[in-house]
Amino acid sequence: MSNIELIDDNNLKCRFAIFKNANLKLTSGEVLKNFKLAFNTFGSLNENKTNAILICHALTGDQYVTGNNPITGKDGWWARMVGPDKPIDTNKFFVICSNVLGGCAGSTGPREKNDSGKDIYGADFPSVTIQDMVRAQSKLLDVLQIDQLFSVVGGSMGAMQALQWSIDFPDKIKSVIHIAGALKHSAQNIAFHEVGRQAIMNDLNWHKGNYASNNSIPERGLAVARMIAHITYLSEDAMHRKFGRKLQSRDIISFGFDADFQIESYLRYQGRSFVERFDANSYLYLTRAMDYFDHSESFKKTLEFIHNPNEHLKYLVISFTSDWLFPTRENKEIVEILNSLSKNVSFLEIETDKGHDSFLLDEPDLDFTIKGFLESNYGNEYE
Amino acid sequence: MEMSMNKIQSIRKDWDLIESLIRDNSRVLDIGCGEGDLIQQLEKNISAKVHGIEKNQELALKAIARGLSVTHGDAEKDLSQYSNQSFDYVILSQTLQAMIEPKKILSELLRVGSKAIVSFPNFGHWKIRLQLLLKGRMPITEGLPYSWYDTPNIHFFTLKDFLNLCNEMNIVIENSIGLTSKGKQFPIDSSLLSANIITSEAIFLLSYRDFEPIKIKSSNKIFAKNSAIVN
Repeated sequence: MSNIELIDDNNLKCRFAIFKNANLKLTSGEVLKNFKLAFNTFGSLNENKTNAILICHALTGDQYVTGNNPITGKDGWWARMVGPDKPIDTNKFFVICSNVLGGCAGSTGPREKNDSGKDIYGADFPSVTIQDMVRAQSKLLDVLQIDQLFSVVGGSMGAMQALQWSIDFPDKIKSVIHIAGALKHSAQNIAFHEVGRQAIMNDLNWHKGNYASNNSIPERGLAVARMIAHITYLSEDAMHRKFGRKLQSRDIISFGFDADFQIESYLRYQGRSFVERFDANSYLYLTRAMDYFDHSESFKKTLEFIHNPNEHLKYLVISFTSDWLFPTRENKEIVEILNSLSKNVSFLEIETDKGHDSFLLDEPDLDFTIKGFLESNYGNEYE
Repeated sequence: MEMSMNKIQSIRKDWDLIESLIRDNSRVLDIGCGEGDLIQQLEKNISAKVHGIEKNQELALKAIARGLSVTHGDAEKDLSQYSNQSFDYVILSQTLQAMIEPKKILSELLRVGSKAIVSFPNFGHWKIRLQLLLKGRMPITEGLPYSWYDTPNIHFFTLKDFLNLCNEMNIVIENSIGLTSKGKQFPIDSSLLSANIITSEAIFLLSYRDFEPIKIKSSNKIFAKNSAIVN
């Protein structure tokens, strides 16, 4: 018999949904007998349960979408978007955010103990996909007794999950906000991920993924992976504007390999601080999950021919002009398919030089659009 | 450019006339929908199922933030993504003269929609003729307020030009409304010479010529064809 438990963790400042004997079947064919999801909620669920919004985090995000993150001691990763009187207003909406399956902020993943309860999964953790993450999230909503979400919102890997929700559970959602994503992970994106993974796997401290039992951490590999990825999150213009060729803490070049330039120092800092909060194996599993994401052939067919009760669904797709990781062109493929099928879709391309990371940064047009989309559509539907 | 009160009133009047041409509960696409005022009006007044296309980011995001379904993009490139006959009406209000390929757009309107509503300022209006004749310079009027060097309007045409193009493309004019520069409304009829002089702005309801159902003797099925592919 499966058995589900909800607990509050005061140290980690989050909640856990623990599923025992749940036998969660994964896309790979493997089965997770037990699993748990770490999550947080903000605001309150109204009486009719119509105001719930699920926020899906990106590759290195977690359940601490807003408020204080006890692991970093800083604000949550989308604190500027989510909270009281913020664009996603927790005075009006009940916001749920869970750490993805395969993540490393408390949900079941390579850093957690396996079913025996003794050993850490490490590289024995089964491969997970975006679809698996979404299936696990849907189980969490069942536990929270929420039949239908008003919206599923996500950027980047979060956008992939939001799109997956509209494919797998169209009747459980009213709207989708898909920011800086795509129908598929492109060859270039897989290439960057592969370089990051190679950096980790070639770190001698990686020990084929079983570094926990060797009391080591592949810090250098993970830091390099983060540095590479971070470049792809910016844009050339933004990098030039922010750093140019400015020197770091010196007046002249060193004729050596110190971090002479500010951009070098910045990337080194990004790499170093990332290691403190993220698990190397989790990084491998989650980048792989993104690589496997591909609806380029199936999306239209699924909507057109397979029973997919999505007539009520409202899509909002947003892209950024300087995002070269998930460029406008790729976001627009989704919009073109939805428009060709006469679905209810809105699309906006925001002009900015901040690159892929724009969705996490100060973009007033993004705030205005998301707030307006959510509140107008909620008003039309329920008020 | 700031719009004068007159201009706003004339646009509102334009919208009311457009609304009068549309049946209730129709699917409507508005090209160049701006902040979505017209489609919101159609949604509210006649329960239309609406979608808009808008090129300008600021306007598109305002429309989306009102809860309207709007695609930010350039209609001349993006119309191709919509399926044949996926709307009952496609509206092109005051924009045909700003299109790079007006003829192609017209055929696209009637591919995507079963009817098209097109409104435009008439370059054959007497005030424009008079300005060109007497001043010898490109006319500037309330309906066409830009100087030649910074105007979005790149294809000027008269009522007569438009009627000729429709004829050439086998497009049927199902209804037409002319407006004088004072906003007086009249049906554009066969007395074309005077119409082309007094019409400041014209609104047309267009469709493809209806063809007789073709009966194929070998079976009892009747194949009806409502639209012709014309290029």
